[in-house]
Amino acid sequence: MMGLRLWRPLVAAALMWPAVSDAQDSTVRGVRIGLQYASGTRPGVAVLEVKGPGRGDSVRAMLVRDLDFGDRVGIVGASVADLPPVSGTPNYELFARLGVSGIVQATLTPAGALHVAVHDVAARGIMQVQDFPLRGVELSAEWRLSVHMAADEVERWITGTRGIAATRIAFVRGGRLWQVDSDGENATPLGTEAGLSPAWHPTGRYVAFARPSDAGYQIGVRDLQTGTSRTITRTTSGSNITPIFSPDGTTLVYAYGEGDGTDLYAVDAFAGGPPRRISAGRGTDNALPSFSPDGRRIAFTSGRIRNPEIYISDADGTNVDLLTTTGFGDQQYRSNPAWSPDGRTVAFQSQLDGRFQIMTISLRDRSVRQYTSDSQNEDPHWAPDGRHLVFTSRRTGSEQLWVLDTESNRLRQLTRGAASRHGAWSPHLSHR
Amino acid sequence: MLPSTRSLLVVAVLSLSVAACRKKPEPAVVPPTPTPTTPQAPRVNQDSIDAANRAAAEAAERARLASAIEAARAALVAPIYFDYNMSDLTEASRATLDAKVPVLNANPSLRLRISGHTDERGSDEYNLALGQRRAAAARRYLEGRGIAASRIDIVSFGEERPVATGGTEADFARNRRDEFEIVAGADQLRPADR
Repeated sequence: MMGLRLWRPLVAAALMWPAVSDAQDSTVRGVRIGLQYASGTRPGVAVLEVKGPGRGDSVRAMLVRDLDFGDRVGIVGASVADLPPVSGTPNYELFARLGVSGIVQATLTPAGALHVAVHDVAARGIMQVQDFPLRGVELSAEWRLSVHMAADEVERWITGTRGIAATRIAFVRGGRLWQVDSDGENATPLGTEAGLSPAWHPTGRYVAFARPSDAGYQIGVRDLQTGTSRTITRTTSGSNITPIFSPDGTTLVYAYGEGDGTDLYAVDAFAGGPPRRISAGRGTDNALPSFSPDGRRIAFTSGRIRNPEIYISDADGTNVDLLTTTGFGDQQYRSNPAWSPDGRTVAFQSQLDGRFQIMTISLRDRSVRQYTSDSQNEDPHWAPDGRHLVFTSRRTGSEQLWVLDTESNRLRQLTRGAASRHGAWSPHLSHR
Repeated sequence: MLPSTRSLLVVAVLSLSVAACRKKPEPAVVPPTPTPTTPQAPRVNQDSIDAANRAAAEAAERARLASAIEAARAALVAPIYFDYNMSDLTEASRATLDAKVPVLNANPSLRLRISGHTDERGSDEYNLALGQRRAAAARRYLEGRGIAASRIDIVSFGEERPVATGGTEADFARNRRDEFEIVAGADQLRPADR
């Protein structure tokens, strides 16, 4: 009864604003089954109470949060009490008047699966149904990944684009490697070893990193499946830093410097062998490589013309081109390129008035867009959807990871507590 | 009594009489004049003074040596500083490095580790490369002064180990540095030859 009383005012309000639901409901019945989604619009989605045995409240909270953090739909009724009660088939007319285009109806089954049905309100029917097996103990990392995978599929049904909920962000806290789920939950250390600059293998199984010691840095690769690490580089002095896997996962590119500058090197990620130098810095520093999605080019930071700037070269180091040319109004420092998954832009950090800000540069016309202006913001990394960026910001006083939606400029804080930095977004993850 | 026995008794009596006469004092003998000598106690004090003087001199020498060793150690570990985003050695840095050279020459078994550091304003990962370059710049300079490069290890800590965390320009300047650590030969350190 309490829930009924709470949703009644909402329904009454919806009935007073029919234009809202009319504007959302642009589907022509009989022509298309499915919701209309266009960039810049956010179809309203309601997630009903999750019934069945188990942690239905937690599952619903995760589905709501995942869909919300995807930034492609608008959640209607953050609380179940804000929605009309549903027993059996939803009252589509009522939900339409609330501005709801899609209804997510999930049930926990006795067999340990999450049965999910998505209703197309405009079509007055179910558009997709699927059972998602829930692995692991309730609320465990494995169980949470199962729910995130379901949320990503629901987002794909509604918008045509897979969500990014079933991903994690590796980062550095207290000089050690950590990871956190994309919704900011389940922050856990990756073992106990020290490390900087984590980078994901395209399979999501391995994380490369720079391992510090009193004698310098070596490149290590941690197998998240076995929990073991191995050292890739074997130099006796100097620094091996900022590793990254090639998109096909076969090659590691990193920066090594011992005396006369730092250059980029490539080495077989698993077979080993001697590294081959792929940049010719001639005594300057060249580091922080980022592969283009097709693996044919590399963006990197170089100080070859005094101040650090972003350059692009072929993957073998030839055909070097300065990307961040003049015109920024501040000729001090541009660094940390991150090539977008769609290949169209490179995110980077640019120093303005002595503080770094997050920007992107178009590879088509080299137009620049600035996303941050408050405090210091640095080290951007793309989510696999090519829309969200994770970066380090000091806007709360200490270094924390934040997530930016580059379409809406919406910001959310990802980590809390001890200082966190060097966020690296994983590919889509699945159970192994 | 036999005549020979009587003779023996006479001789014996005479001998005893002579012996008795020799035990009388001889007043005519003048006692010898004693030779003037230094009293025993003053002789012992002088030795102590000498010993103390030697000990003091040795202590002074030890102190001088310790001071010289400490000065040598201080010269070896004295940091050098850099301008923002630069790895070029300043005049002051060269002078600081020059002061290390005679100490290194006097201690051929001594090994140094140079660690390069940066302030917090750059990219923290790119700063690792900058720190490496700063450490290498100092090693290269010392090598040019005749110090074998094999005696010098270099490492970069970038901005990971600041000595000043205030965030002011003065703090940044203190953090843009090379630090020098003696990694071998510290226990047998000798001051520079004069």
